[in-house]
Amino acid sequence: MFAGYMLNTWAAATMVAVVAGVVGFFIVLRGSAFVAHAVPHGAFGGAAGASLLGVSTLYGLGLFAVGGAVAIGWLGRRGRHDVATALSLVLMLALGALFLSMSSEYSAEVFSLLFGEVLGVARSQLLPIAGLGVAALGVMAVVYRPLLMLSVMPETSEARGLRPRQLETIFMLVVAVATAMTVPVVGAFLMFSLTLGPAAAARSFTSSPGPALSLSVAIALATVWAAVALAYVTNWPVGFYVGTTGLAAYGAGRAWVAWRRRAAA
Amino acid sequence: MSDAVHVLFEPGFFSSATVHSALLVGAVVAVVTAVVGTFTVLRSQAFAGHSLGELGTTGGSAAYLGGINPLWGFVVIAVVSGGIIESLGVRRPRLRDLTTGLVLGGGLGLAALLLYLDTTTSTTTGASVTILFGSLFTVSSNSAAVIVGLSAAALGLVVACYRMLLLASLDTDLAAARGVPVRVVGFAYALSLALAVSLAAATIGAVLSTALLVGPPAAALRVTKRPSTALAVSAGVGVAATWAGILLAYDSYYWPPAHRGWPVSFFIVALVFLLYVVVDVGGSVRRRRRLPVGGH
Repeated sequence: MFAGYMLNTWAAATMVAVVAGVVGFFIVLRGSAFVAHAVPHGAFGGAAGASLLGVSTLYGLGLFAVGGAVAIGWLGRRGRHDVATALSLVLMLALGALFLSMSSEYSAEVFSLLFGEVLGVARSQLLPIAGLGVAALGVMAVVYRPLLMLSVMPETSEARGLRPRQLETIFMLVVAVATAMTVPVVGAFLMFSLTLGPAAAARSFTSSPGPALSLSVAIALATVWAAVALAYVTNWPVGFYVGTTGLAAYGAGRAWVAWRRRAAA
Repeated sequence: MSDAVHVLFEPGFFSSATVHSALLVGAVVAVVTAVVGTFTVLRSQAFAGHSLGELGTTGGSAAYLGGINPLWGFVVIAVVSGGIIESLGVRRPRLRDLTTGLVLGGGLGLAALLLYLDTTTSTTTGASVTILFGSLFTVSSNSAAVIVGLSAAALGLVVACYRMLLLASLDTDLAAARGVPVRVVGFAYALSLALAVSLAAATIGAVLSTALLVGPPAAALRVTKRPSTALAVSAGVGVAATWAGILLAYDSYYWPPAHRGWPVSFFIVALVFLLYVVVDVGGSVRRRRRLPVGGH
């Protein structure tokens, strides 16, 4: 499990979990679950296109994730945000279906893009993943306070001269970057589980932002490490473990809340 | 004259039984999803609709593994999870989306495992692709009969409680004050949504079903505010996009690069998307004309 060829995966999984934990914290805070689902899911189309052209899937993922985020923002500029998200998502997925139908090599590679693969990370991908991760965390560090303000109190922050549209766009781009680096490990279908589950669980344990953020990262790390280890042992897709562990973490959080309420009463 | 026809319609389009069945099934499903979807858009529940379709992947792959028609897997899982989401009854949108997302994540995790088992146990490689992205041309005549029957049921349900459903979708509190049984209507709607989505999943694919559910109604509601007109327009748009998609897919058989046809679901989704963008841009141009000074 810790052989040389697995070290890439462990390293990538760790970076992915840290970024997903941080980004997920804001996604849960802002309640933008649908967008968090749509961007990585739709980015699968880009990965399929990249593999058809024979270039690194990172490019395809990045292009589609950024394109999707921009399209959702533009189409949803006058309300009906959920409709804009849904339509952008299905268009990207339909393009993915088209690329798949054109390519001759199906199955294994496609499947690992959809649902994650333990050996899905090549050594050459490690550096780009690290770069994207550092960039995402750097941007989050810069916009942390204003974004927190905007997410918790949208009205007052506008009065304080923050620019909601710009902040929103920056955050969407961070989600896109996180997508490009996460999908090769966890798969396009389940990346949003990794952002939602740990962060939602963390929020049920504590409501103050700092500890919730750290806890979200910690749970994400535990989730990803457990998922990679289990996937290695059983040979089942990583996505299965990420999805179910994410839900279980949230269930544990809810149970904790219920228990606390009982104890208090 | 016949040359001109052949540019549009590849020879054999009108005589092929596969095409006939695709046109029929496509039209029926498009009408039902467009009608149900109008309420989905009015209730801002695109994410719930999308989730039900995608959760269908879990049912579809389980049915495939058990050698049953995936359609039944779609229907059962959608009805069950629709019931769960509705009975949780979370009203605050942020929390509702979060709960939906978490349930969807767990379901998709399971789907990943089932599809993995599908691909390892069966010799055909296309199981995941068919379940996820569908194909109108491979709908069997058995399924076609079931699809038409279930469509009638879903449509009947919506028609039966049309006025109450409309009121409850536009203003829940007002509806409740007027004595509309909001919870019952909510469950009736959830059931028809689950049926419509699973029918769309069986025809254009689990992950693409949302296109027919949300696209035509959203475009129609941009054009008109009258509910009955919106229903008619969205049904018409849905059928038109589906038929045009079938035609293009049939014609694409000789297109590069693979010469085995482009997927029909791709054409349908792309047409729906294009149409929504046109209506959206057209709407903002008209609005700008109406507000010549300082409009925004």
